[in-house]
Amino acid sequence: MATILAESPEAPSRRAGGASPEAVVVRFAGDSGDGMQLTGGQFTLSTALAGNDLATFPDFPAEIRAPQGTLFGVSAFQINFGSTQIETAGDAPDVLVAMNPAALKTNVEALKPGGLIIADSGEFGERNLAKAKYAADPLKDGSLSRWQLLAFDISALTLESVKPFGLGNKEALRCKNMWTLGLALWMFDRDREPIIAWLNDKFRKNPVLAEANIAALNAGHAYGETAELTGPLKQYHLEPVPSSPGLYRTVTGAEAISLGLVAGAQLAQLPMFFGGYPITPASAILHHLVRLKEFGITTFQAEDEIAAICAAIGASYAGQLGVTSSSGPGIALKGEAMGLAIMTELPLVIVNSQRGGPSTGLPTKTEQSDLYQAIYGRNGDAPMPVIAARSPSDAFDCAIEACRIATQYMTPVMLLTDGYIANAAEPWQVPDPASFTPFPAKFLETRPDGDEELKPYARDEKLARPWIKPGTPGMMHRIGGIEKAPGTGHIDYSPGTHQAMTDLRKDKVDGIARDIPPQDVSLGEAGGRLVVVGWGSTFGPIHQAVRRARAKGLDVSQVHVRHVWPLPENLGSLLKSFDNVLVPEMNTGQFKTVLRDQFLVDAKPLNKTSGQPFTIAEIESAIEAALGGHAGGEVDADTTQLPSIKAVNP
Amino acid sequence: MNDMTPVAKTTTIKDWETDQEVRWCPGCGDYAILKAVQRTLPEIGADPANTVFVSGIGCSSRFPYYMETYGFHTIHGRAPAIATGVKLANPALDVWLITGDGDGLSIGGNHMMHILRRNLDIQIMLFNNEIYGLTKGQYSPTSRIGTTSPSTPMGSVDRPASPCAFALGSGARFVARGFDVSKELPAVLKAGHAHPGAAFIEIFQNCIVYNKDVFNDFAAPKGAEDRQLWLRNGEPMLFAKNTKGIALDVEKLTLKVVDVVDGDWQAAGVIVHDVKNRSVAHMLVELPFGPFPMALGVIYDDPRPTFEAAVIEQNRKASEGRKPDLAALLAKGQTWTVTGTAQDPI
Repeated sequence: MATILAESPEAPSRRAGGASPEAVVVRFAGDSGDGMQLTGGQFTLSTALAGNDLATFPDFPAEIRAPQGTLFGVSAFQINFGSTQIETAGDAPDVLVAMNPAALKTNVEALKPGGLIIADSGEFGERNLAKAKYAADPLKDGSLSRWQLLAFDISALTLESVKPFGLGNKEALRCKNMWTLGLALWMFDRDREPIIAWLNDKFRKNPVLAEANIAALNAGHAYGETAELTGPLKQYHLEPVPSSPGLYRTVTGAEAISLGLVAGAQLAQLPMFFGGYPITPASAILHHLVRLKEFGITTFQAEDEIAAICAAIGASYAGQLGVTSSSGPGIALKGEAMGLAIMTELPLVIVNSQRGGPSTGLPTKTEQSDLYQAIYGRNGDAPMPVIAARSPSDAFDCAIEACRIATQYMTPVMLLTDGYIANAAEPWQVPDPASFTPFPAKFLETRPDGDEELKPYARDEKLARPWIKPGTPGMMHRIGGIEKAPGTGHIDYSPGTHQAMTDLRKDKVDGIARDIPPQDVSLGEAGGRLVVVGWGSTFGPIHQAVRRARAKGLDVSQVHVRHVWPLPENLGSLLKSFDNVLVPEMNTGQFKTVLRDQFLVDAKPLNKTSGQPFTIAEIESAIEAALGGHAGGEVDADTTQLPSIKAVNP
Repeated sequence: MNDMTPVAKTTTIKDWETDQEVRWCPGCGDYAILKAVQRTLPEIGADPANTVFVSGIGCSSRFPYYMETYGFHTIHGRAPAIATGVKLANPALDVWLITGDGDGLSIGGNHMMHILRRNLDIQIMLFNNEIYGLTKGQYSPTSRIGTTSPSTPMGSVDRPASPCAFALGSGARFVARGFDVSKELPAVLKAGHAHPGAAFIEIFQNCIVYNKDVFNDFAAPKGAEDRQLWLRNGEPMLFAKNTKGIALDVEKLTLKVVDVVDGDWQAAGVIVHDVKNRSVAHMLVELPFGPFPMALGVIYDDPRPTFEAAVIEQNRKASEGRKPDLAALLAKGQTWTVTGTAQDPI
C-alpha cells in the first residue's frame, strides 16, 4: 500500500507470552485439484473484511491438471497479513497448510523454524508418499522436528461432516478445502458469514453442494473451537491496521488494470476497443473487460497476437481507444504493429503482463525481463513511452496514465506489469471518480484556417499530430507505415524527410518527460551514501528492506520509477546526489543498463532470475553489503520461497 | 457493402483521384484495376468521406494512396485485422481491403481465413499476379509449379493455392473472379459491394515485369470466347459463342464440358448458374483450366448475418438496463469502510 506506518524492524513473530503477532504469513498448499487458490482467495477476503492489511502470492503450476499427488502438481497460495502495513507476500511462512505429501515436500523448507505445519494425515498413504518421493512417512519419522506439527485426518473429518448430504466420495472430498478454510478462519478469529454468502451464491444452482461446503466450513471451524488440542493450535486475533478512512475492497492487478482502462477511456471520453489473444498471465484482463460492455467497450478475441494489436490499431484509426494486452511472447509478435502505431501516430495502450522468458519461458512465474523489449524492442528508431505498475492497486493509476499519454500525444504506450502483480491481491481504497482530471480526446473536423492543403501530420505544442476520424467530410487523407513528409503525410523517403520525421517522433516522446511528475524519493531523502532504485513489482520488498535498514540507522534511500520511458527529467541529478546506486531487478540488469546509458551513473545491479519475487531479507543484506563496499551481484534461487525448485528436483 | 449508407452521393471519376503520382510500372495491370474502382464508386453512389481503403504491403497495397478517400497502408499481411478494428469501431464506414497473392495468402493467410469465416462486411480485392513484384520477382503461393524466379532458379516445386477455393473453404459467402483489363470488372465489384458481408474478389493482374502475360492463355482478347466462362445468376453456363456449356457429370459428381447444338443448351444438360449453390461453387473454383474455361464473374453469393452486426447486438444486449456508472463499478464486490483519522506516513 502507498502509505507506510511504523513497523518493528524484526521479522514478524509472535509476541512474548503467547500474545498475537502483528503479522502472519500463511501458505496453503495442496494438489492442483484441491482448490487451494479458492481457499486462499476466500481467506484473503475474510482477512480484508477483518481490517487487516495483506498481500498475497498465488503460485500454481503451468499444467492445468497435473497428475494428482505429484510434486509438479502442487498449487500454493501465500498470504501475508497483519495489523501493520504489508507490502510483500512475506519472506517465509509462519503456518503451512499441507493437503498432501507432495505439498508438504515442496513447501516445508520455506517454513520458519518453529513454524506450524497443519497436515492432512488422511492423504499420507503409501501411494501418495511414493508420488512425493518420500521413503518414510514424514509425519511419523521425526524429520519435521524443526517445526511444530499438527496432523489429523482432514479427509475423514470432511467426509464425516458432509455425510448427511449424500454426496459421492469424490464430491465429498472436494469439500476438504472448505473444512481447512473453516479451521483457518477459527485460528485467526475471522467471520464465516461472508464465505457462507459466497458459497450460497457460487452454488446457487446446486443448493446441496452449497450446504455441504458450508457444513464442511462449519465443521473445520468447530474442530478448532472444540478439539481439546494441546500444543500449537491457538487462536490469534490481529488488530485491524490503521489506514486512511474510506471505502476499501480487495483488488488483483488484472482487475485494477481493467478498471483503470475503463476509467481512462471514460476520462478521454472515448469508447474502448480491446483486442486480445489468450495468454498466461494476461488473459484475465480480457475476461474482466468482456463483462463491462455498458461502458462502451468492445472486446475482440483475435486469431493471434498480431491480429489483436492490429484490430486495436484499426479501431484507434476509426476514433476509439485501442487497447491490446499480452505477455512476453505475444508482445514479441506485436512488435511490427507497434512500429506501425508509432509511424502512423495513433493512440494505443499495450499492456504487458511480464513472465519469465525467453520463448515460452516460465508462463506462470514472474520476471521483469521485458524492459529492453518494451523500451527498445522494435525495428528502426521507434520511441514509445513505457509505464510500470508497482502493485495491484497502483496498476489502476498507471492504466489511466497510459490512456492519458496515448491520447494526448497520439502514441502507443506500453504498460508493464508482471505475473506477480496480475495475480496478487491487496486492499485498495476505492477512488472517487470525481477526483480524476478528465483529458477529453479531440478530433480534427475541419481544415485549420489558412491551410491550403490538409495536414494530417501537423504538430501541436506537444508535437502530437491531429486525430482525424474516417467518416469526417472533406478530411480524406492517407496514412501508413511508410515514411512520409512532415505536415502533409505524403509518401516521401528522401534523406531530409526521414531525418526530420525520426527527430520529430523522438522529440515528441522525449517531451513527455515534461508532462510527468518529477521523480520523488519514496523513502529517505535526496543525497546520501546509497539509493536503491526500483521499478515495477520490486517496490514492496525494496521499500520494506530500506525501511528496516533505516531503522538500523543505515544511510539509504529508495527511489521508485514509474515512468521508465521517457525517464523523469530530474532523475539523473537525483541519482547523482548519492554515492552509490543499487538497482534490484528480476532480470540480469536491464534498468541498470538504461540508467547507466541515460545518466552515466555507476548503477550496480542486484539480479534475481528464479521466477520468484525478491524477499525483503535478500535486499536488506544487499543494502548492508553495498554500504560495506560490495554492491550488486546475483541473488541465488531461494529454495525456501515459492516455488521450491530444489525440493521438486532434489 | 454498407447497410447504413445515407443518401447516395453524386460524384464523378475525378472525385476519386488523388493528386499523388501513381508509381506502378508503366503497363501494370494495377492501373486498369484502379480505373475500374474509380469508375465503379460513383455508380454505386459511394461517399469518399465514408469510404476507407485498407491495404497490406506489396505493389497492390499502394492502392489507397491513389484513392481520394480515407486510406490506411498497413503492414505485410495484416490488413484484414486492421480492417476488422476499423469496421467494429465504426460499422457505418464502407471498407475496402486491397491485398495481393503474397500479402493475402502467404504472410496474411491466417488473417484472411478469419476475416472470411467471421464474415465482416467488407470488400476484399485480392490482386493475383502469381508473383512477388515489390521484392523483385520471387515465386508466390499462387505461382504455378515450375515457376522460375530469383528464389527458384530451377523452377518452383510447391503446389499453388487457389484463392477462391481458399475463400470458400474459409466460409466466404461471396466469391467472385475478374481480371485487370476486363470490361466486366466494375460489374463484379458492384456485386461484391452489394453483398452484405465479406465479399472476396480475386482479380488476375498482369505483372508486366516479373510475370508478364501469365494469364494470356485465358485473358488475351483473341480466343477469349473459348476460354472464359462468364457466370451470370439464372443464366446457363455457356461459352464459345454458346456452342459449349458446363453440365453435371452425374456419375462422377463433377462438372463436364458439353457441346451445345443449335443453341439447345437444355438438351445438352447445361446447368443454370445459381449463385446460392455452394456445392457447384466449390466445383467451379476447382475447375482445371485447359480442359475447362476459366470461371469468371460472381461464383457464389449467399449472404449470412455479418460479424459486426452480431458484435453490436451482443454489446447492446449486454448493456441493456445497465448504466455505465464508474463509481459503482470501482466499489463493486465486498467492501469495508475504515473510519477515524489517517496516520501520518513516516
